[in-house]
Amino acid sequence: MTDLVWLIPGLPLGAAIVNGLFGRRWLRHATGPIATVALGASAALALAIFAGVMADPTPRTVVLYEWFGVGGFHTNVAALIDPLSMIMVVVVTGISFLIHVYSNGYMEHDHGFHRFFTWLPLFVFFMLTLVLADNYVLMFVGWEGVGLCSYLLIGFWFEKPAPYTAANKAFWMNRIGDWGFTVGIILMFLAFGSVTFHEVFLKVDEVHRADPTMLTIIALALFLGATGKSAQLPLYSWLPDAMEGPTPVSALIHAATMVTAGVYLVARSTPLFAAAGPALAVVGIVGAITALFAATIALVQFDIKRVMAYSTVSQLGYMFLALGVGAPVAAIFHLATHAFFKALLFLGSGSVIHATEEQDMRRMGGLRAKMPLTYWTMLLAGGALAAIPPLAGFWSKDEIVGAAFTNGYPILWGVGIATGVLTAFYVTRALYLTFHGQPRDGHLYEHAHESPAVMTIPLALLAVGAVLSGVVLGFPPEAGFVHRFLEPAVEAEHPAQHEEPNYGVVTGLAATSVAAGLVGIAVGLSMYARRRPDPAAVARAAGPVYTLLVNKYYVDELYDHRAVDAGRAAFGAAWAFDIHIIDGLVERLAWLTTLAGGAIRRAQTGVVGNYALSIAGGLFVLIVVYGGYATGLLHR
Amino acid sequence: MTTAAGTLVPLGAFIALSAALFFIGMAGVLVRRNAVVILMSVELMLNAANLAFVAFSRRLGLLDERGSVFVIFVFVVAAAEVAVGLAIVLALYRNRPTVDVDEMREMKG
Repeated sequence: MTDLVWLIPGLPLGAAIVNGLFGRRWLRHATGPIATVALGASAALALAIFAGVMADPTPRTVVLYEWFGVGGFHTNVAALIDPLSMIMVVVVTGISFLIHVYSNGYMEHDHGFHRFFTWLPLFVFFMLTLVLADNYVLMFVGWEGVGLCSYLLIGFWFEKPAPYTAANKAFWMNRIGDWGFTVGIILMFLAFGSVTFHEVFLKVDEVHRADPTMLTIIALALFLGATGKSAQLPLYSWLPDAMEGPTPVSALIHAATMVTAGVYLVARSTPLFAAAGPALAVVGIVGAITALFAATIALVQFDIKRVMAYSTVSQLGYMFLALGVGAPVAAIFHLATHAFFKALLFLGSGSVIHATEEQDMRRMGGLRAKMPLTYWTMLLAGGALAAIPPLAGFWSKDEIVGAAFTNGYPILWGVGIATGVLTAFYVTRALYLTFHGQPRDGHLYEHAHESPAVMTIPLALLAVGAVLSGVVLGFPPEAGFVHRFLEPAVEAEHPAQHEEPNYGVVTGLAATSVAAGLVGIAVGLSMYARRRPDPAAVARAAGPVYTLLVNKYYVDELYDHRAVDAGRAAFGAAWAFDIHIIDGLVERLAWLTTLAGGAIRRAQTGVVGNYALSIAGGLFVLIVVYGGYATGLLHR
Repeated sequence: MTTAAGTLVPLGAFIALSAALFFIGMAGVLVRRNAVVILMSVELMLNAANLAFVAFSRRLGLLDERGSVFVIFVFVVAAAEVAVGLAIVLALYRNRPTVDVDEMREMKG
């Protein structure tokens, strides 16, 4: 069974190739079902292999072929099948399948339908390559591939300026991160002589004794890659702009899967990071700051998708916080539950946008009556995001903040709780503005309608995940399925000391985080349902703070003025060097040749007689010279 | 110089004739403007060379026939040269009704 693992990424790749070659001319709207069926088969196979791994969690490597081997350095195209990679594979294929189903409805009237169903399965292929790879180089191939597909899909509507600008921005920011990843891999090769996961992890202690600084640099370089792909500070600002892409893309790539690649990278490299001194603390602090920072921006956004985008950045921050405080299992757990409820929130937003063709929440309101199914599923997902028990988000987020506290990071715990309040508030605000109250735009309200079944069924299925995945995976806390399943994989080098959890502390922590969520919701409802206090008055009272938040801390402007302008200046200098020095040299040479040619072109008269005369003259000279030497009249 | 076969024409006579033919041919090439006549003059120069070859070959005796063999090559080359040369002249004539080479100076630099 596990030998068939290559089919999991192979099927989406096949669908992408078939749709890419024959989609525009012949298949047209058949491309959607083709990709969906391929993804369904891939998801079923993933579940089957997952069941096998549940029965026997020993890591296995399935080698497809040797990629390159130089001396003792071998890199294979090989799949590493262990609990960590399989949980990712199941999440990726499962959510991808549902989103493919949904997209058949959402993209129905788009003239780029076949193009969409070429890039989307291609993305899934690269994502699966990323998570299944058994070495960093192959992982990097998938890493770059998902970046490419993300670029293509953000810029899907490239006729308009905003999407292609956003696509460029995403690509550039990711390049900065990818540069870090590349440096990390190169240094790793120099320090370890290998890039295969298990070989690297075996030698961690040896390298740590030889050169601890090197290990820290490698870990931080890899983390720079993770900040780019997973939209953490300082490379987060591409993700909100990426919302210019079609909504299913936002749900799949920019919420559920691709952006979690960085979390996966750090979780996969746990033995490396654990030994790398301050690197793990950097991960945790960056994650915590990002979580709080993005949540504050989400408070004041009016575009429904942007709220979700900042929320995603914030939740990814939670995952890095978990990794930083030494709880990789909680990070992966939150990754899985977040994939469900955030994909659902995005698809629900997509359903609203599909119905109203509007993204500004100020023009919505009261849509609950028109779109009951969308409303109820989004409400469940919102509850999960706000970490209300027993919904999925509660279990995973509670483990993260709980781990921060019990592992001795009270400040990060405080940040986590504060972010929890903000999260509950902005999700309440978004849902209230969209679905409750009086319709603020009569025309828009009149034309709103519930989406077709092909879109609402995936919503319902994701809602099941958003409700149940937390309990199924994570109950009881600290000892649930996900722990038993993942701990051997991510903590193989340092087996955790299993103390009996102190249930008093656990309950207290859980109560605090639930209370934080409830406070956020209560404030949100009070402000938006009963106008006590009135949101507009609060905004006025906050004054400059509000302006700062609405303008997203002016980070884009800062980057424009510092990084982008500096970059432009550097490009300008390089351009001038190219034009004036390199091209200039060539042009001078050409000019010299022309000049010389102009001087001696007069020799070419074009008259045959002249040429014949020069030949005869040459002959004469030869005869005279040769004759002179032969007869002794000339001397050497 | 005498041999069993009788009086032998001296080598110098052949060389003198050959040189005379060669320079007559060269003069023709340089002076005449008619392309066909130029080709004929070139033929004259080639045959002057042939004469020199044959004469030296004979002088060196039967042991070395390379000079005579070379004449055959020159025949072949001459035939080919005339074929191509006349074809070019014909093509030029079709393009422009003249065989005067001084009129053809398109290749002027």
